Amino acid sequence: MSQAGTYTGAQLIWESLIREGVDTVFGYPGGAILPTYDAMTEYSVRHVLVRHEQSAVHMADGYARASGRVGVVVATSGPGATNLVTGLATAMLDSTPLVAITGQVGSALLGTDAFQEVDITGITIPVTKHNYLVTRAEDIVPAIREAFAVARSGRPGPVLVDITKDAQQGRATLDWEAAVPQRHLRHLPAPLDPVVLAQALDLIRAAKRPVILAGHGIQLSGARAEVLALAEKADIPFALTLLGLGAVPATHPLSLGMMGMHGESWVNRAIQEADLLLAFGMRFDDRVTGKLKEYAPNAKKIHIDIDASELNKNVPVDVAIQADLGDVLRALLPQIEVADRSPWLDTIREWRGDSAVRDIKNLPDDGHLYAAHVMHDLWRLTRGEAVVVTDVGQHQMWEAQYYHHDGERSLITSGGAGTMGFALPAAIGAKIARPEAEVWVVAGDGGFQMTFAELMTAVQENVKVNIAVINNGFLGMVRQWQAMFYEGRYAATPILSPDFVKLADAFGIPGQRVETRSDLAAAVARARAAEGTALIEFKVEQEDSVYPMVPAGAALHEMIRRPSVLAETGSDPV
Amino acid sequence: MPHVLVVYTDDEPGVLTRVASLIRRRGFNIHSLTVGPTERAGLSRMTIVVDSEAPMVRQAVEHLRKLVNVLEVQQLGERPMVVRDLVLLRVATAPEVRSEVLQLAQVFRAAVVDIADDSLVIECTGSLAKIDALVDSMRPYGILELGRTGAVAMLRGSRKVTPSRSTQSLRTGTGPEAMSV
Repeated sequence: MSQAGTYTGAQLIWESLIREGVDTVFGYPGGAILPTYDAMTEYSVRHVLVRHEQSAVHMADGYARASGRVGVVVATSGPGATNLVTGLATAMLDSTPLVAITGQVGSALLGTDAFQEVDITGITIPVTKHNYLVTRAEDIVPAIREAFAVARSGRPGPVLVDITKDAQQGRATLDWEAAVPQRHLRHLPAPLDPVVLAQALDLIRAAKRPVILAGHGIQLSGARAEVLALAEKADIPFALTLLGLGAVPATHPLSLGMMGMHGESWVNRAIQEADLLLAFGMRFDDRVTGKLKEYAPNAKKIHIDIDASELNKNVPVDVAIQADLGDVLRALLPQIEVADRSPWLDTIREWRGDSAVRDIKNLPDDGHLYAAHVMHDLWRLTRGEAVVVTDVGQHQMWEAQYYHHDGERSLITSGGAGTMGFALPAAIGAKIARPEAEVWVVAGDGGFQMTFAELMTAVQENVKVNIAVINNGFLGMVRQWQAMFYEGRYAATPILSPDFVKLADAFGIPGQRVETRSDLAAAVARARAAEGTALIEFKVEQEDSVYPMVPAGAALHEMIRRPSVLAETGSDPV
Repeated sequence: MPHVLVVYTDDEPGVLTRVASLIRRRGFNIHSLTVGPTERAGLSRMTIVVDSEAPMVRQAVEHLRKLVNVLEVQQLGERPMVVRDLVLLRVATAPEVRSEVLQLAQVFRAAVVDIADDSLVIECTGSLAKIDALVDSMRPYGILELGRTGAVAMLRGSRKVTPSRSTQSLRTGTGPEAMSV
């Protein structure tokens, strides 16, 4: 601040971020954002320099998912801004609160195809909750303040603020109080309706075979305790979505496990045969419902979600409540009756029995290394206490099946968008948000090659993450679909990798290669003990597939089961 | 089946793009979309007529309600309403049919707003059905040019639907002054 109580626009950006509680940003400088980077030196903010702007958004995303805070990204105009798009879409689909600040060419040049000019607000309309084009210094504070309010409120999501270079260089006064945001309050849920709550209670009371569908909304609402209290009081088992894993503990006696395309058979069967589904902060995505027409045909449905547009979207429900989940459950809990649903729970246990013996983790060590072994052993060796950040594909599903997440925000993965390359940058962000946590990257050889340049970011920023690259020499999930549905024509799915141990060496981090299960524990111990980021390449079975599987478009009970030949003799060496 | 939506928005650059983009995403065809100022500064009112199934339209309404710039969305149709459209028609009028065309225009209470040697420009306001009927009746004479504004709709009765001032934008917009349509 120099000229009589005014600030430059660039200073106002940092003044606003700091007032919003930001101490870390992920970014990459460039021409149109230079005034802002120049002003950054006056503020105590940690800037994490990425190797590609897409990774900056994934880092901010991992940071936000690990901590519940708003992640912040800074990038320049043109390609800097367009590189954000995949990350924004990833955050949008998984409801992560983010604010991205981009530089833009001077306002006089807008629309002229000036150097590094792209219409980033036009491009990002469908992948942000809202965005702003700011052309005057005095509009910066209100825009950023509102951006944070929008990102956090209701169903969270990413917001982009595009600020022209002349707005960054202009001057304005700082009036924080005058910029109190209002518009995010426009569409708050209506107060809870006692009539609707009574309908929900009646359905719960009458249900003989109820199942809770536990989604990401539980963590976003902070409703873990309420969900558990309801489940325990009414004796209702819960099935989890991929993003719901960890929202309620996997090892809880009422936990069934993950539902959907790669859910275990007893979980999907319980859903299909239920007489009541209680959908808590989930959105009936096609990966969890299978064929909609045959989804849970005999179940009444109660759906609670903060986003009204999710209600009655894919699955018509009997009771739809647009509200914060925690608020609803707190209103319901005193009136929930204590129940004993052991006949239903026993039935599910029976279904479970026959599936569990087919489990690949019980394979004896015959010299082959299966990805399922890696996940199971990682879970055991880290006592289930790590924050695991997965990429997208087979390893992601195996991790979801075999790493049992008890803690909240302990699994970070790209669910809705399925963005390959997400894991490493998101894990770096997660570790920065929670330095005390043990953070593991679990990535395939394909996805890891998309963003492994961020290894250097981890080194430069002194961030320790442990990396498990599950290398099967294929884009495995696509190969699996080709094997199952395209008569085994492996079009463009065999993929070569560099020597990951040498690659690690080039980045100055320890690298190891594991090819047998007996070497696994020692390698994991060395990686954990390493001071900085460490990498282990696991050379696993090349043509292994994820089971069970509900083929796309099939009904949820029409699963391809695990081949039972795998389970002749059960043993568990760890 | 056509559905009529009334959308109240901030009068800001880009709002029209956001609204249209949302409707396009679900593959709806927009019959017509009109937008203009309201009785209150800073508040715009859109009337959108879309062609789709009722559940899809409900979904679109919920999506529109999530836009930061949108204050309120009304789905008309179940309630009595006034819907008006304006048309300008240039009709070919050879001397022998000119009086016929003028008479027809009178039946529709349409105004002749320009006369040339071999054509007339007719202006007419009315319900969508009335305008359709006028256009059909003029077709045999030769329609040289046709422009319609698209529907503007309002509920009948004393109920006012303009949203309250409390959540209106504090900001005056961050770009070129007003949304041009």
